[in-house]
Amino acid sequence: MRIALFVTCLADTLFPAAAEATVRLLERLGHQVVFPPEQTCCGQMHVNTGYSAQALPLVRRHVRTFEPYDVVVAPSGSCVGSVRHQHPAVARGAGDERLAERAEAVAGRTYELSEFLVDVLGVTDVGAYYPHRVTYHPTCHSLRMLRVADRPLRLLREVRGLDLVELPQAEQCCGFGGTFAVKNADTSTAMLADKLRHVLSTGADVCTAGDASCLMHIGGGLSRLRTGVRTVHLAEILAATERDGTTGRTGRTAVRA
Amino acid sequence: MSRTFLGMPATAPRGVGHLRGEEPFPAAARRGLADPQLRRNLGHATTTIRAKSGAVIGELPDWQALRAAGSAIKADVLARLPELLEQLEAAVTAAGGTVHWAADAVEANRIVTDLVAATGSDRVIKVKSMATQEIGLNEALEAAGIAAVETDLAELIVQLGEDRPSHILVPAIHRNRAEIREIFLRAMPGVDPSLTDDPPALAAAARRFLRETFLATRVAVSGVNFAVAETGTLAVVESEGNGRMCLTLPETLITVMGVEKVVPTWRDLEVFLQLLPRASTGERMNPYTSMWTGVTPGDGPQAFHLVLLDNGRSAVLADEVGRQALHCIRCSACLNVCPVYERTGGHAYGSVYPGPIGAVLSPQLTGVEDNASLPYASTLCGACYDACPVKINIPELLVHLRDQVPHPRSEAAAMAAAAYVMDRPALYAAAQRAARLSRLAGRRGRGLPPPLSGWTIGRDLPQPPPRTFREWWAQR
Repeated sequence: MRIALFVTCLADTLFPAAAEATVRLLERLGHQVVFPPEQTCCGQMHVNTGYSAQALPLVRRHVRTFEPYDVVVAPSGSCVGSVRHQHPAVARGAGDERLAERAEAVAGRTYELSEFLVDVLGVTDVGAYYPHRVTYHPTCHSLRMLRVADRPLRLLREVRGLDLVELPQAEQCCGFGGTFAVKNADTSTAMLADKLRHVLSTGADVCTAGDASCLMHIGGGLSRLRTGVRTVHLAEILAATERDGTTGRTGRTAVRA
Repeated sequence: MSRTFLGMPATAPRGVGHLRGEEPFPAAARRGLADPQLRRNLGHATTTIRAKSGAVIGELPDWQALRAAGSAIKADVLARLPELLEQLEAAVTAAGGTVHWAADAVEANRIVTDLVAATGSDRVIKVKSMATQEIGLNEALEAAGIAAVETDLAELIVQLGEDRPSHILVPAIHRNRAEIREIFLRAMPGVDPSLTDDPPALAAAARRFLRETFLATRVAVSGVNFAVAETGTLAVVESEGNGRMCLTLPETLITVMGVEKVVPTWRDLEVFLQLLPRASTGERMNPYTSMWTGVTPGDGPQAFHLVLLDNGRSAVLADEVGRQALHCIRCSACLNVCPVYERTGGHAYGSVYPGPIGAVLSPQLTGVEDNASLPYASTLCGACYDACPVKINIPELLVHLRDQVPHPRSEAAAMAAAAYVMDRPALYAAAQRAARLSRLAGRRGRGLPPPLSGWTIGRDLPQPPPRTFREWWAQR
């Protein structure tokens, strides 16, 4: 299958390891990955902060960039959520019904990584090896916008060597919320404190999730407190094999001191 | 009788009622965040009610169908509100009640105050009501020399403590039993000075005080949960029985009702009376459902007045996206699942409507410029939308309102610049490189300027990677 990678601006700029892992994983499963270089950002930050007019050209760019591809995959529940639920609305809000329909068509072919693996490729054992104690945080948009449900957990359970430990109150938001994290920094940090408490209570070495944004937030807190617990994107765990060794290429989503 | 509210939609007036806070949400939130008692009470209460509500909702195989029905009935109501209100007016009038139309809080307060004054009573008993809290009726009555006694236990605690409600359903959720004992000892007339903080003892003290008040007061003021247009029947649901007392014992009953509370038919109650208790208190059925239709000779209040309150609701109705906030049946499920509310408490929202629904309703009732920080008081995690029994898409509404609030100039400039760069891939790639090379943020981001410095109060910034993904892709 020929897959267009929707890298997301955050993974492209700050967490390329998650995006590189997505490429390696999909190629290892026998697919061809292409990277349309005209892509930049889906515009979610603008929409969610109250700047949908500024998001309009970004929506138009995203639609134009990914329209030629049969399948689009992103290592992010949040950005896929924006493509599915916000892009058509932004176009309609601007009175561009044609763009809205095109956006809906692109959205219909766009998948978050765990959705793509489980639903489209029909695979849960991706041949990964990751000998660490791991806890999984279901990000809000993957959980409640995309309804990925237990797909990431099903993938993680098949990873050799991985000790999966359940995160208490997993479905509570970590407090990131995009610009919420700076506009309401105190409340955001209070939510993060509880998330960190639960992560630490599991005794896990690694906290994983399907969104680099939430991991940046959780990882930022784990780093500030010098907990020694790392954040690693789900794609990096699924891309890891025995050839990588036990440390190898993993762990690059980590927020390091 | 004025019927102006069907004309030009106005927002709720300033200087009256409780829809506006004194400071923006982030500043007000800090007090709640730093209050260990509040954090403990809210954490305990919301966790308990989430579990209880989840269990009884899980018993219903048709919960999602009920939600869809509730949402559809409310959408229908809003699509033909004027017609339904006139039908309600005719039915209530035919049953011996009197209907008053109040364009805003000022008019509603004046109507109620005049009605009470005409009875000669200097005291009213009140059923817990969000609408009368919204318009500041108690203060208006007090200014006219009329004492208003709240008869819902938690509302009484708030009133005696000269406090503000912090939850739609459990207004004293921020108080513990030791505080309640102190409030009763200080402010409850005739209280036993040996009162302990044992919950049954506290409830008994309130009951003693309230019983005397019920029997000695000739006028009651209530809100309403539902009003049936076809029959003119009003319904109040409650747990304590105080409402039943207020609705049956006095000679005069005055009910203040937000115009969105009307439902078309008696049968529609079937849907809402299943949705409301399960979403609200986590009960299969609430203990008391009181219904009355106008006046029944020789039984219950012999004078009944219904005040239809607009106070910004027509302005909300005028917004096709925003109007779904008027679906709200005040169950407070969204508060109980909100991770922001759970940590800040209700006072942070400034308005009598706290939590996620408050963050979308209050700014619409007042106009967004008067509550500009509220649409941002959410991470858009979506828990409220899942919990809402009438399917109000609160995250969508929050984003919709964020588009309307006045933006800080520096933020607007930064957003415009970001959008400009992001629409030009070459410039975007250059900006990625520049950000990495400049390391403006300093080690772990400690050198960030405000408002970005908010990040580093409790979080490190990631170090920029040696190369971006697109550089890696280009080199492979």
